[in-house]
Amino acid sequence: MTLEAATFEVKSSSQTPIIEARGLRKTFGTTVALDGIDLRIEEGRILGIIGPNGAGKSTALNAILGLTEYHGELKVLGRDPWNDRDQLMRDVCFIADVAVLPRWMRVSQALDYVEGVHPRFDRAKAEGFLAKTSIKRSSRVRELSKGMVAQLHLALVMAIDARLLVLDEPTLGLDILYRKQFYDSLLSDYFDGQRTIVVTTHQVEDVQNVLTDLMFINRGRIVLSCSMEDFESRYLELSVSPDRIAAARALKPVRERQVLGRSILLFDLKSNGVDRQQLAVLGEVRTPSISDLFVAVMSNSADATQGAAQ
Amino acid sequence: MNTQSNAMPETSISAQVSAPVSNFETRPLYWSVRRELWENRSIYVAPLAVASIYLLGFIVSLVWMPRAMHGMAPPESTPLLIRLAMPYAHAGMLIMVTAFIVGAFYSLDSLHGERRDRSILFWKSLPVSDRTTVLSKAAIPLVVLPVLVFAITVALQLAMLLLTFVSVSASGAGTATPWAPPVLEIQTEFLYSLIVTTLWYAPIYGWFILVSGWPRRATFLWAVLPPLAIAAFEKIAFNTSYFGSMLGNRFVGFAVEAYNLTDKNGVPIDPHFIPLSALTPGRFLSSPALWLGLVFTAICLAAAMRLRRYQGPI
Repeated sequence: MTLEAATFEVKSSSQTPIIEARGLRKTFGTTVALDGIDLRIEEGRILGIIGPNGAGKSTALNAILGLTEYHGELKVLGRDPWNDRDQLMRDVCFIADVAVLPRWMRVSQALDYVEGVHPRFDRAKAEGFLAKTSIKRSSRVRELSKGMVAQLHLALVMAIDARLLVLDEPTLGLDILYRKQFYDSLLSDYFDGQRTIVVTTHQVEDVQNVLTDLMFINRGRIVLSCSMEDFESRYLELSVSPDRIAAARALKPVRERQVLGRSILLFDLKSNGVDRQQLAVLGEVRTPSISDLFVAVMSNSADATQGAAQ
Repeated sequence: MNTQSNAMPETSISAQVSAPVSNFETRPLYWSVRRELWENRSIYVAPLAVASIYLLGFIVSLVWMPRAMHGMAPPESTPLLIRLAMPYAHAGMLIMVTAFIVGAFYSLDSLHGERRDRSILFWKSLPVSDRTTVLSKAAIPLVVLPVLVFAITVALQLAMLLLTFVSVSASGAGTATPWAPPVLEIQTEFLYSLIVTTLWYAPIYGWFILVSGWPRRATFLWAVLPPLAIAAFEKIAFNTSYFGSMLGNRFVGFAVEAYNLTDKNGVPIDPHFIPLSALTPGRFLSSPALWLGLVFTAICLAAAMRLRRYQGPI
């Protein structure tokens, strides 16, 4: 079983990284939330951090945002987030989840306040985003639907000329229309290749076509880290009929599952030296979804036995 | 990664942000205070409501006053000056007490509410330091409320004065007989009392703000019970009550420091009208209890700033 990440670097280059961590550790009592993470994120990437509940995703983001203390080395935009949070927040934005805008606040007050305290907030831009929604300036946050609160928060954040945007479960509890709209406007109205976005989510299918980089994290450790190009060239899913299953199994898939009488086998082309042509003759091949790979990696790292099919 | 390329963007960032540096200190503070007023409208609604009710009661009493003035001469024991000053003094005291209650409850919730409703994550996502946040919250009971109390009280007293004048003129009693106390002197003395009590009570607010940032619930109990427990322990263990009398002094002790409570003949002064000659600002400002209290306030606020750094939603 050779699914472990070869490198934890997200697209390395000679640039100064936006985020750089070495041996990042955090414990709560006897619980280890982050178990020595090394991380390097370059400018212009959209990184998705995927992991089960309690894997340490939020702890990692909180450390990056200066919301929690940590051990190890961590630099965000060249700053120490724990000691320089307020300075850092001029260049970093984050949306923790949809429920944190103060419920008593009016939409107009939110605009006034952010304009007042944030030197890089472009009010006209925020008003422009809000004009595309049905949010009234005089409404209080508590009167808005969950989806509208997310729209408002996104409008505030997208109007800030920040270098790093951190999204921790930004679409939790939203319906599929809002979720789609959320990522669409993020890509079309905000992301310009200069900015960097880090997002955690359980709704993996929403971000598959958004991300440039992917990271799986479990029990405080990075278990997989690759760019989306690598992901697409490295992992392959083969749908095979029962008569060819033995031949396919001989090529050592990392995971196998049954769908409607056919077997779906997931291959890691890099680790077992199989190539696309070899698999194509056995059945139908396609790029797996992130969630299929996630399940494979998690079940493998959980019991460390290969092909732990349900 | 060589250090040179690391340092480059860092210096360009600091160059960008250092230009409007004066704005960065005051603007977030100003907007943070404004946002406190948006969230806690009771800060100005409560004193205004009390003032309105008082004014309404005063208007009703005016209908009766001229008759009362005719009907009974001021008793020998109560000088006319005191009788005239009384409604004005009561107005000020009432609004001051209201503001103290508002300020105490505000302080007890100041760092608790944002953790309870998770909005602390939003506030912390903006470039506003914990220091600015705590200072803006401390400014409410220490600056905003006293200013509001003074403005509302002066407006109320002037309205009372005007109404009395109208009523006295209309009733035919004439303005020849005294109908108003020296309002300017009353207001000057009121401003002094307001500053004295605000400075004297500052450690109470500071302690409440600190406590509001600590427990997950029941901030009132955390604020009140430990000091009482210390006083009780001292009494039981050593049969002394230094701590208890210190607590008591924190509530009423300003009076002996800030005023001459008796006149030169040894007659106690009436609290409804304290002449300016009875004010002792020098003695008050040189009182160790005042400065100890202010040092304690500063320690509480510094601790609250530090504490907020570690706090998240509860």
